[in-house]
Amino acid sequence: MKMHRYEEIWLALSFGILIIFMLVVGYQTFAMGMGPPSHKETIDPQKVDETAPFDNPGVFQTGDNEYEVVMTLQTFGFTPSNIEVPVGAEVTFTMTSKDVVHGFQVAGTNLNAMVMPGHIQKITQTFKEPGEYLVLCNEYCGIGHQMMSTTIFVK
Amino acid sequence: METVINKTNLKKTNKNKTMKEKAHQILGVVPEDAKLSKSYMAVAFIALLIGGFLGLFQGLERAGLLQLPSWFTYYQVLTAHGILLVLVLTAFFTIGYFYAGMSHTLGGLLPQVRKMAWIGFWMKIVGFVVAVIPVLMNEATVLYTFYPPMAASPFFYIGLALIVLGVWMCAFGAFINVAKWRKSNPGKHIPIFAFFATGVFVLLFFGSIGVTVEVVTLIFWSAGLLETINVMVSRTLFWAFGHTLVNIWYLTAVSAWYVIVPKIIGGRRFSDTLTRVVVILLVVTNIPGGFHHQIVDPGMSQVLKFLHVFMSLSIAFPSLMTAFALFYVFERTGRAKGGKGLLGWLKKLPWGDVRFLAPFIAMVAFIPAGAGGIAQTTNQLNQVVHNTLWVVGHFHLTVGTSVILTFFGITYWLIPYLSKRVLTPAMNKVGVIQTIIWTVGMLFMSGSMHYVGLLGSPRRTSYTTYGDHVVALGWDPYMFLLAIGGTLLIIGVLIQVYAVFHMMFLAPKGETEFPIAEPEEAEEKTPMWTDRWGLWIVIMLLVVSMGYVIPLVDLIVNAPPGSPPFRTW
Repeated sequence: MKMHRYEEIWLALSFGILIIFMLVVGYQTFAMGMGPPSHKETIDPQKVDETAPFDNPGVFQTGDNEYEVVMTLQTFGFTPSNIEVPVGAEVTFTMTSKDVVHGFQVAGTNLNAMVMPGHIQKITQTFKEPGEYLVLCNEYCGIGHQMMSTTIFVK
Repeated sequence: METVINKTNLKKTNKNKTMKEKAHQILGVVPEDAKLSKSYMAVAFIALLIGGFLGLFQGLERAGLLQLPSWFTYYQVLTAHGILLVLVLTAFFTIGYFYAGMSHTLGGLLPQVRKMAWIGFWMKIVGFVVAVIPVLMNEATVLYTFYPPMAASPFFYIGLALIVLGVWMCAFGAFINVAKWRKSNPGKHIPIFAFFATGVFVLLFFGSIGVTVEVVTLIFWSAGLLETINVMVSRTLFWAFGHTLVNIWYLTAVSAWYVIVPKIIGGRRFSDTLTRVVVILLVVTNIPGGFHHQIVDPGMSQVLKFLHVFMSLSIAFPSLMTAFALFYVFERTGRAKGGKGLLGWLKKLPWGDVRFLAPFIAMVAFIPAGAGGIAQTTNQLNQVVHNTLWVVGHFHLTVGTSVILTFFGITYWLIPYLSKRVLTPAMNKVGVIQTIIWTVGMLFMSGSMHYVGLLGSPRRTSYTTYGDHVVALGWDPYMFLLAIGGTLLIIGVLIQVYAVFHMMFLAPKGETEFPIAEPEEAEEKTPMWTDRWGLWIVIMLLVVSMGYVIPLVDLIVNAPPGSPPFRTW
């Protein structure tokens, strides 16, 4: 197949850009620990209330300046519904769904994860600015989907 | 033309055939094939009309300007809008268009193939009615992604399964017609338009196998015959199809960019070999591309997700080849017409011709649309915009502009060709105005969706301020721009639907050609390996396995207890 010389240059540049893109994504994922939420633990979706740690949802201090938020999602709310964490602390959200597929998104941050029934999802964030962060469900989950939100108070 | 050629009198009939073919180019389309394609087109544009209005209602409700009644809620409207535009409009247009082109370039459809296409037509219509009745009754308000464990009425899934079977009918019809043509034309290349059709139908068939397995399982589960369902497996099977479908529409639009547009501007096609390689690459790399919809899902490792970034990005490569090819043709044609200097050739292009203007704007829209697509395939950028309005903005730019505007441009010659009528200068002007309204509408709507999505506004939700949260209130001005865009778009829909039915039934009688460009002169011969579809399908299946064997096996072997059905609306 004969290609136009300019097309070869164009494709070489394009291919180069895609490879650089890949390298950046790989570096971010594996060297900088910025990979997407991919936790692999499973749970019986019909027994969430009886299974630790979801039998006791809430905010827990797990270390020096480290917190864990154990959270269940169900139509149409987040439990716990009011979350308070200090500025600059490393906060890990451990979540599962008690019914259908929900989304967990914190507006103005890169916190964004799917929460599936049967699967435990984890995502970590350090809030560097104080404020009232809006948490919302970004996957359609039923008639009250637009009301499914809560607030994280960072003080 | 119903030429089924016997080998014994091949020579004689070949001579006859070329004469007949010549006669066809003068006399136009086979009436029975035209009727088939016109029926497909009519359904497509009725779906556009209804789906367009539903889209308008959504935009207005989302902006807080309209309250949808309790008997037809926002989420019902959203479900119906998705099904009408995503499944009906695009599928009926694609099949009507490719069947018209196969009839034209393969010397008429075989009678049994035409029959198959009609059976497929009615299966899809019946399937659509069976699926939409529960939607109207609020028994299937699950959106067109129908993620389990939200469970719709079993009839909804039965309807979807019938639609898929109808599409398969048309896919097999296309394979039979192309195979028959190859048998009667040994040593010849599949005509380029039919080559595109083959690629599209290969993807339609193989891409929809996974979702068919999902839907059939859902029928049993929602009917109570299966107790629980594996949520993640269903979702993965859905997206193996969900994104392939998008690329099928894109490949359909690309076929017009490569084959039709050069003829309309009075030029020639880009390298025949390269065009075929682009089709093959798009078919081979396509199906695993859907995985990037699951970048923030649990249950799959980061290594796997990284592999899939690579697999998704590989779709960009044939698109970048396309970008070069198209502008090469434009420049060459413009210069041949006397365009001088760096950009003088641009002035020589027929800007006042809707058959060129609409697909040209479509191509330009694909530059930011494709870039946005590349952004979304990568882990971290995807996490920023996942399930926000950015995504909705993205597919209204890719599908709603690049693909649909190309489809609109096609109607201005295809409908007159099928109805033995002509495109009048007045209708051309209507088309130009429609194209401009559509473009401006999409700029407003898609632009504001992209931006407000970056700010965090979610997709798939009715009007909400989340208890007057200050962040959510800040999104409102963009919703207003979104509503302005939507209003312009419905004007565009009305003009377009009027144009289609006017050209089908009322335009002046006459002959319109099916514009297929010749390849460039003095070109090297296209190698025969491009036609080895059996090989490309095997390679495609290998690539699909690379992408999907590991996650599917993992999700099945390490599955949590399944989920029972839920009704949350």
